[in-house]
Amino acid sequence: MKEQVVLRVITKLLVPCMLILGGYVITHGELGPGGGFQGGVILAAGFILYGIVFGKRDLHRVLPRRATDAGAALGVMIYAGTGLWCVLRGGRFLDYAVLPAVDTGAAEALGMTLVEYGVGLTVCTVMITIYDMISEEADA
Amino acid sequence: MSFLGSFAGTYNYAIYIVLMMVGFYGVIAKKNLIKQALGLGLFATGIFLYYISIGVYKGGTAPVWTIIDEVGVLKNPGPYDNPLSHVLILTAIVVSVSTLAVALALIVNIQRAYGTIEEDEIRAIEAGEHPEEEEVA
Amino acid sequence: MFNTLLVDISLLTLVVVVAIAVVEVRNLLSAIMLSGIYSLLMALIWQNMNAVDVAFTEAAVGAGISTVLLLGTLLHTERLTKIGSRVNWGALLVVVVTGSFLIYGTLDMPDLGDPSAPIHNGRVVQQLGQRVGKIDHEGVHMPWQFNSMTEESVPHPDEEHPWAEYFAEEYGTQLPAHEPAAERVHGHPLDDFMGHSPNTVTSLLAAYRGYDTMYETAVIFTAGMSLVLLLRRRSEVRA
Repeated sequence: MKEQVVLRVITKLLVPCMLILGGYVITHGELGPGGGFQGGVILAAGFILYGIVFGKRDLHRVLPRRATDAGAALGVMIYAGTGLWCVLRGGRFLDYAVLPAVDTGAAEALGMTLVEYGVGLTVCTVMITIYDMISEEADA
Repeated sequence: MSFLGSFAGTYNYAIYIVLMMVGFYGVIAKKNLIKQALGLGLFATGIFLYYISIGVYKGGTAPVWTIIDEVGVLKNPGPYDNPLSHVLILTAIVVSVSTLAVALALIVNIQRAYGTIEEDEIRAIEAGEHPEEEEVA
Repeated sequence: MFNTLLVDISLLTLVVVVAIAVVEVRNLLSAIMLSGIYSLLMALIWQNMNAVDVAFTEAAVGAGISTVLLLGTLLHTERLTKIGSRVNWGALLVVVVTGSFLIYGTLDMPDLGDPSAPIHNGRVVQQLGQRVGKIDHEGVHMPWQFNSMTEESVPHPDEEHPWAEYFAEEYGTQLPAHEPAAERVHGHPLDDFMGHSPNTVTSLLAAYRGYDTMYETAVIFTAGMSLVLLLRRRSEVRA
């Protein structure tokens, strides 16, 4: 589909905005509506749009399969790792109040932010993997 | 009659049940596997709608505070809708789409194995290939 | 008041009509497009009910990713379903009977938005600090000052509120006893576990229900890996 000019130009304009919006929604999940799930899906939608218009080979050049596989596992490990870090600092599992921060309120905000990053990474990479597996090239 | 009196207040739950039942009909009555997956999605979304509606507070706003300053004074007074139902449904929506993805992968495999995704044609192929199993079962 | 009722009724009517169309339409491409419309209407309904996070998620996931996945599957299969009998009467009978039983069961539910419903007066609401939303310069407000349950007006059990007896003897009208301990551990006089995050839904998701979210992330990961295992053979041949 990349020989059509309109699709190519619009995709090149839209994909950076979608990626930035996805990162913004994940990070500002605590301040407004949003969070890990929503931001992860928007990030994935940016990559999927690139994959639809420019083809799977270009998508694999940008984001190889090993990266998405590793990213999915890394997201879950970030989440569980935050819980273990709380245990190592003397609290209970996933008890964010003992993390190093100014006061317990900021410590809980830190824990929640780390956890949301983990969730966003897993959701994004799994959605890209699902699209990658299910769709096939039209001329193949 | 008190039956009609309570129905006048809870008729919206009846509409949500109608939505769920439309999805349920799609699952049990349709022969195409993709139609069944779509019906399952309808059923799930109807359940989410029901679940969210029980947390609504009359005259309440979205459960997001607008500003917190250092002493904890908030600029958005007033009752809030209960956020617990939103939390449980958030995870349920994403899990539901993951389940849909696995179901679609199975449908793709069935299409490759049998050449069709209509349920009765698959049964006919199975019966044609294994007639002795059909007599036993 | 009438305007919101009009919006509610029209959105719900549209949703029911689109749902019936998704199930009955013969062309699968049309059915998938209609399911995307259905997800978008659901997001609008949830926005109307002040569930902003859920509307955001449904619009992104239901109307976005789900439609893409279904269209990707449609590449492999045929577009038209087979013409069968128009209506399956046995299934319709089962559906009508089940639906009528369920509707009869919902007659006991509290009205939509009823401030004296159990969900707004139970322990979770007090733990959440529904009271926290009501702090101003006069100090901390108790939850019963902001809903219909005041100290004098605890509902007595009658045929309208049969659950009131249970709640009165379980929770009374006092704060739960564990509250000073929570203040000691977390150092926050205002709330138990929310930190400084204004979005209560995210703080519930990540802190109060942190275990649920961790295992739910694992479920999403498992779905991705099972996709890879189910469809790997063809991709390896292709790659």
